[in-house]
Amino acid sequence: MSAQIEKTERTATIAVLVDNEPGILARVVGLFSGRGYNIDSLTVAAVDAAQMRSRINIVTTGTEMVIEQIKAQLSRLVPVYQVSDLTREGPHIAREMAMIKVVATGESRVESLRLADAFRARVIDATTGSFVFELTGATDKLDAFIELMRPLGLAEVSRTGIAAIARGTRTI
Amino acid sequence: MSEPKSESGAEILIRALKDQGVEVIFGYPGGAVLPIYDALFNQNAIRHILVRQEGGAVHAAEGYARSTGKVGVVLVTSGPGATNAVTGLVDALMDSIPVICLTGQVPTHLIGNDAFQEADTTGITRPATKHNYLVRRSEDLARVVHEAFHVARTGRPGPVVIDLPKDILIAPAPYTEPSLATQARYNPRTEPDPGQIAKAVALLKSAHRPVIYSGGGVINAGPEASVLLNELVRLTGFPCTSTLMGLGAYPAKDPLFLGMLGMHGTYEANLAMHGCDVLLNIGARFDDRVTGRLNAFCPNAKKIHADIDPSSINKNVPVDVPIVGDAAAVLRALLAAWKADTQKPHTQAIAEWWRQIDIWRGKECLRFTQSMEKGAVIKPQYAIQRLYEISQEMNAKSGKETYITTEVGQHQMWAAQHFHFMKPNRWMTSGGLGTMGYGLPAAMGVQIAHPDALVIDIAGEASILMNIQEMGTLAQYRLPVKVFILNNEYMGMVRQWQELLHGGRYSESYSAALPDFVKLADSFHASGLRATSVDQLDDVIREMLTIDRAVIADIAVDQKENCYPMIPSGAAHNEMILGPEHETAEQSSRTAGVTDAGLALV
Ligand SMILES: Cc1ncc(C[n+]2csc(CCOP(=O)(O)OP(=O)(O)O)c2C)c(N)n1
Ligand SMILES: [Mg+2]
Repeated sequence: MSAQIEKTERTATIAVLVDNEPGILARVVGLFSGRGYNIDSLTVAAVDAAQMRSRINIVTTGTEMVIEQIKAQLSRLVPVYQVSDLTREGPHIAREMAMIKVVATGESRVESLRLADAFRARVIDATTGSFVFELTGATDKLDAFIELMRPLGLAEVSRTGIAAIARGTRTI
Repeated sequence: MSEPKSESGAEILIRALKDQGVEVIFGYPGGAVLPIYDALFNQNAIRHILVRQEGGAVHAAEGYARSTGKVGVVLVTSGPGATNAVTGLVDALMDSIPVICLTGQVPTHLIGNDAFQEADTTGITRPATKHNYLVRRSEDLARVVHEAFHVARTGRPGPVVIDLPKDILIAPAPYTEPSLATQARYNPRTEPDPGQIAKAVALLKSAHRPVIYSGGGVINAGPEASVLLNELVRLTGFPCTSTLMGLGAYPAKDPLFLGMLGMHGTYEANLAMHGCDVLLNIGARFDDRVTGRLNAFCPNAKKIHADIDPSSINKNVPVDVPIVGDAAAVLRALLAAWKADTQKPHTQAIAEWWRQIDIWRGKECLRFTQSMEKGAVIKPQYAIQRLYEISQEMNAKSGKETYITTEVGQHQMWAAQHFHFMKPNRWMTSGGLGTMGYGLPAAMGVQIAHPDALVIDIAGEASILMNIQEMGTLAQYRLPVKVFILNNEYMGMVRQWQELLHGGRYSESYSAALPDFVKLADSFHASGLRATSVDQLDDVIREMLTIDRAVIADIAVDQKENCYPMIPSGAAHNEMILGPEHETAEQSSRTAGVTDAGLALV
C-alpha cells in the first residue's frame, strides 16, 4: 500500500523567517548536516530591524518525503516563525548576484566584454588586464555566463546564493 | 519589571525557578556556578541533591520527570560539568523528557578565549537539546528561564540548556514575572483537526483487522491520556500493543493488551502488526526497533498516526491519515467521534481477528523453563517474574507503589517482558538512546520524587558500573533504592548478537574482574545480598524488599540465556525468531540467514 516510497527528487526553495539571534544560522545549518539533507544554496540577512527578524532562503533537493521532513524539522526550531515552500506555494522569483573576474587581454578580453553586454552584466572594475562583471539573475543564467567566461580567462567567482520571493500580492 | 531591591543574577535565577514550581535540583558545584550555590545556601524552598557525577544528575532529573510529569532540573558547572551532562541530554531528547539543565559559563568577556573550564556549551549541546540559550544580558535572564520551562514542557517535551556566564550571575538583574514573559514564539498545536479525526474514525470503523499501537507520547500527555486510551480500547474492542516507552499506559494484564511490540516484542503483537488492515498509532514514532524492515512493515495496513510533533509524521513510514495533536486531545476527539458516528464496526470480522490473535498467543512466546531443583541455576526471566510477584504481594499489604528503572541490555528487555505495568509513569528506561548507566541515577530521581515508594533498578552487571558512583548519593540522602542485578557475567545483549550474528566470537563482551557487589554495597553504606541458585532467590528478594535502605542484590543468572522473541535487524515482523523453547529446524536456519543489509544495522 503506502509502502511504495516515492523516489523522485525535486528542488525546493524554502523561505524561513527567524528571530535574529546568535546561533540561529548554526541551528539551521546543523539541522541540515546532522540529518543529511542537501543545501544547494543558503542566504541569510536581517529583513525587519524593528522585530529583529531575519530571513533565510534555502534551496534544497530531496524526495517529497524528505522535503516535507525538512519543513517540519525547521518549523519546530524555537526561533523559527514561519517556513514557506516557495516552490510549492505558487509562482516565485529567485535571483542571485555574482561577481565574476576575467583576466584576459586581446581578443578574449574584447569577447568577454561583448558577452557581458549580451547578458546585461555590468563592469564594476576594470584594469588593462582584467574585468570584474556584476551579474544578477536566475541561477541558470549565472551558470551560463560563467561557462562562457571559462575559456576567455575566468579567474574567480563570488556568488551570493539565491534570494527568493513569491510573485504577486502574496506574502509569507 | 525592575524591583526596588537589587538582586544578583543568581538570586533572580532561584526566584524564577521557584516561580516555575521547582522543588528539587540535581547538581554538582564548580567555580562558574558558585554564585548559584551561594544563592541556594540562603533559601529553603528548593532542595539540592548532590550527585557524584554530572551524568548522574541528568538521568536523575529524567527519572524525576518521568515519574511525576514535572520538569526535572539540573545544575552543573562550566566545561567538564557541562560536557559530562551531554549523554543525559541526548537521552532526554530521544525519549522526550522535559529537563532544564543550567550550566555555568566563563564570564562574558572571556568567552572565546579558551579560558579555564570554558567549553562551547551551546555549540556542543545544540543538537543534544530541544533548545538552548546563552544568557548574555542580565535583563534577559528571568525571561529566558521562563521561556526555557515553557519550551521544555510544551509540545513534544525535551531538554533545554541555559548557559549562564559567571558575570551575569553576579551582576544585579531585573526580575520578570512568568506571566509577563511572552511565550508567543513557541506554541505548538495540541488540538487535532476535526477533519482528520473524522477520516480516522471512518477508517477505524471500516477495519476488519485493527491494531492500536501506543507509545511514550501517551505517557507524556499525562495520566488522563492513559485513561482515555483505556476507554478507547475497551469501547472498540481493538487489540492494543505498546512500545517500550509506552508501557503502563494500558494495563499489561488486560486481555485486550498484546504485550510490547518490536525487536523483542511478543509474537502476537508483531504478527498482529504484520497482518492488520488498519493501524492506529498514538504517540509513537515508528522507530526502527519497532518497525523492523520498513518495506515489509504492516504491508496491508491503512495507517493513522497521531503525534504532537509534525516532524515525526511521515518521517520513517508514510501514513494515510496524519493527525497533529496532543495524545489526550486526540484520544478525546476520537472517542467522541466514534460514539457520534452511526456506522457499525465489523464486529464479526474483528471477532475472527481475535481468534487468529489467540492462536498466536497460544505459542506463549515468552515461555521459559526454570528447573526448581536445589542448586539449579536461575533463569533471568524467572528472577524478574519472582521480583514482580513478590513485590506485588508485599506491596498489596503495605500499600506501596512500585517504580521500575532499568539499565540497558537483555535485563532491560526481560524486565519489559516479565514485569507487568498497570499504570503510567511507573516504568523508566532509556529507550531511544539506550544509555547504559541510566537506571541507577534515574531510580535516585524517582525515589526523591516518591520517598515512600518501592523503587527498583533492574540492572546488568556491566551497565551498573557505568554510574555506580551514585551509590554515594543514595547513602547521603538515605534513598532506599533497590538495585537488582541480573548478573550473567557478560554484556549479555552484545554476547547474544555475537552468538547469533558473528559466529559466536565473543570479542570483548565478557565482564572480567567484576567487583564483589556485596562488599561494594557495604562500602557504600548499603546492604549487599546474593543469590546463586534458584532455591535462594525468593529469600533474597523478600529480604531486599524488607530492608529500608539501599540494597544491591547480586543475582547470578544463566550466562547463556538469550532474549527472545527477536526480530533480527533488517528483518520483518513475520520473520521473528523464537527461542529454543519453540525452536524448529526452519527457525534456526533463519537465524543464520541475516542479510548483509541487516548486519549493517544497529
Ligand atoms: C553507554 C553504552 N555503551 C555501550 C552500549 C552497547 N551495549 C548495549 S547492551 C550492552 C551490554 C550490557 O551488559 P549488561 O549491563 O551486563 O546487561 P545484559 O545484557 O547482560 O543484561 C552494551 C555494551 C550501550 N547501550 N550504552
Ligand atoms: Mg550482563
